[in-house]
Amino acid sequence: MNAGHPAELDILFGDYPLDQAFDEMREPDGSVRPQYQALAETLARLPADELQRRKQSADLSFLTQGITFTVYGRDEGTERIFPYDLLPRLIAAQEWDRIECGLTQRITALNLFLRDVYSEAKILNDKVIPRELVYSCKHYRRQMRGLQVPRNVYIAVVGSDLLRLNTGEFVVLEDNLRVPSGVSYMLTNRRVMKRTFPQLFSSYGVRPIERYPQLLLATLRSLAPEGRPEPNIVLLTPGVFNSAYFEHTYLARQMGIDLVEGRDLVTHDNVVYMRTTDGLKRVDVIYRRVDDDFSDPLIFRADSSLGCAGLFNAYRAGNVTVSNAFGTGLADDKAVYAYVPRMIKYYLDEEPILPNVETYLLSEEKERNHVLANLDKLVVKAVGESGGYGMLIGPHSTAQQREEFARAIQANPRNYIAQPTLDFSRAPCLIKDRLEPRHVDLRPYILFGDKVNIVPGGLTRVALEKGSLVVNSSQGGGSKDTWVLDK
Amino acid sequence: MLSRVADSLYWMSRYLERAENTVRQLDVTMSLMLDPGGATAETRWHRLMASLGKPAGMDWNGDLEAMAAKLVFDPVSHASVTFCLNGARENARQVREEISSEQWQRVNRLFHHIHAPQAQTQFATNINDSLASIVDGIHLFKGVSDTTMIHGQGWQFIRLGRYLERAYATATLLEVYQPDLFEVEEDDHAGHQYLELVGLLRCCTSFEAYCQVYTADLSPGRILEFLLLNQDFPHAIRYCVDGIRDAIDSIQRAGGRRPPEELTAVIGRLHAMLGFTTIGEILSGDAGGFLHSIREQGMRIHELFYRYYVHYSIQSALAV
Repeated sequence: MNAGHPAELDILFGDYPLDQAFDEMREPDGSVRPQYQALAETLARLPADELQRRKQSADLSFLTQGITFTVYGRDEGTERIFPYDLLPRLIAAQEWDRIECGLTQRITALNLFLRDVYSEAKILNDKVIPRELVYSCKHYRRQMRGLQVPRNVYIAVVGSDLLRLNTGEFVVLEDNLRVPSGVSYMLTNRRVMKRTFPQLFSSYGVRPIERYPQLLLATLRSLAPEGRPEPNIVLLTPGVFNSAYFEHTYLARQMGIDLVEGRDLVTHDNVVYMRTTDGLKRVDVIYRRVDDDFSDPLIFRADSSLGCAGLFNAYRAGNVTVSNAFGTGLADDKAVYAYVPRMIKYYLDEEPILPNVETYLLSEEKERNHVLANLDKLVVKAVGESGGYGMLIGPHSTAQQREEFARAIQANPRNYIAQPTLDFSRAPCLIKDRLEPRHVDLRPYILFGDKVNIVPGGLTRVALEKGSLVVNSSQGGGSKDTWVLDK
Repeated sequence: MLSRVADSLYWMSRYLERAENTVRQLDVTMSLMLDPGGATAETRWHRLMASLGKPAGMDWNGDLEAMAAKLVFDPVSHASVTFCLNGARENARQVREEISSEQWQRVNRLFHHIHAPQAQTQFATNINDSLASIVDGIHLFKGVSDTTMIHGQGWQFIRLGRYLERAYATATLLEVYQPDLFEVEEDDHAGHQYLELVGLLRCCTSFEAYCQVYTADLSPGRILEFLLLNQDFPHAIRYCVDGIRDAIDSIQRAGGRRPPEELTAVIGRLHAMLGFTTIGEILSGDAGGFLHSIREQGMRIHELFYRYYVHYSIQSALAV
């Protein structure tokens, strides 16, 4: 290790394993990467119990602030704090610039795709994407055909999941175009981090992210219906039992808008109103955190009471903007994902800046056979699921699980895709009193109104269980603050 | 403001006020039992329950400490402090965007405090400290409410809940104590009577305030006058009704499209009743009935508040 590398750091690292996977902090030879130098020195200087103390004070701060999420499938309303790792993940300026360009390109193409599919469907007529793939998608909404959405923006808020491969290159694992969550953790992590490592933070020159709520508000405002100069913008939440309820309240508060539930809304003559203590008040823009299915019982699922009856017709009439638009889940279908590079080529005539992960479409017989023969090496995912549910990780699976998936694939091949098990990058995390590497991804948040806006960084999610590849908060994942460096 | 939000703020506030009242009355009851003589533990417990509105499932079982612990920690009984604090937090959680972070943190800490694994053992070792820490938490909440929240509609709904709950609780308390209050023993050698009166005042944190107005010369008539008709003391019913009237006025001014005529009439009547009656008139008439009518009017205010601000019909709102 290089000069000035103190012995304390060796103790902290212990028997920190390095293998062919990319390590965010350390070079393959064990030395610390240049941008992590200052962080390593700070860690080495701190007494061991000081690090623990800061960790506890950060945890306590999350608990008293009620920064929690709800775990499904256990007792109703089980709240947990979102596990949080003390060490920041650093991204160099030029790396970030490339990510930013790549995401802008990708989101622009995805939005053009949605617009095209829900109007003339040129890309299908030109046979770039198979027609049956789109029309068989569970999130395709027939009701959206021929509907003019404000400013042609379907996806105002996007969170795409990136991974870093062992070449050091970032790839896109998936796009979340329906109701991406987690941005509140990005913002609160930063606040806690500034308090935990104030000097270190200021010495690094980190690009600020605090503007996100303001940018989101501006994005929503830019999408308001014509003739509503002072639009009433609200955030629609499924309610207190939703796992992301904390985030909904946090964003509403940060933007200074009302947080409404379906039961607060009424429609009359294709206009949406909310019930206030002062009578009914017209609603112009809805930042929707409720899935399509639950948004309007008259159009979508009739058994849902989370949404507002008549909302879709008011939307169709242009009296209210709903963001993201309905039916955007079509473009984050994991099978449609495989065609995103072709969309970029088709609509923008550009080469994709951020590559996709190699994906096998199981509706193709040849690919299906290959996948079925190699289930123990691949990751199989249900196309319409998110949150780490409906997934088989081949190398970590039992023979019985593989059999179940094989049967499910045979029964409905369109419903599944497969990808190689990726050896994505790891970053050091504080586990007890040692640093240990854990797999991390990166979810930047992209806002699309008059123009594309991406706050530098995003949420770095961590698979906190040793060896685990699943970073979702519902399945034992945690997070880290992400510092995009100024230079 | 959204009707649902107003509703949650109102109940958050009522539940906290209720918790504080329960804790204070329990504390007074427990300390009165330290002195020998006077009423038995069972009688006192029954009186405590009566002044808390006779909650179900709190029947006397002979073990005072167990009963006290139950009144604080029982997760099911609607009278328990835990139940009230759960209710306050659940309501606060649904209006996180409306209240300040400080307010939320206070309610949340109080919740975690009473649910902490060591809370019940601490209670068993030192009941006084344990109860005092709950009241402290609630006071801190009120303090940060006043200093960190915009004094707009939301804040007024919090005040409305607080004063309505307090007026109702004080009226119930006085209604329970009133019949016995004038059965003065000829000669209070042991000073039991005096302790009982101090206890009544302490149930409303009003002993010191009373002394400032009337000196330490405790007389039942003056105590009633003070707790019913004093204009400046925050636990007196008249003060609370002034607060209710003021809150509704402010809410009305901030919005102002639909005048809640019936509601202002009911509040106005109650306000006048307390403002223009002397304690002599009350005592020479039916004092129990007077106190009872205050409670009934309190309930009516609650119903009308709901009808005007929370559960109004869409047809009536569209007609405006």
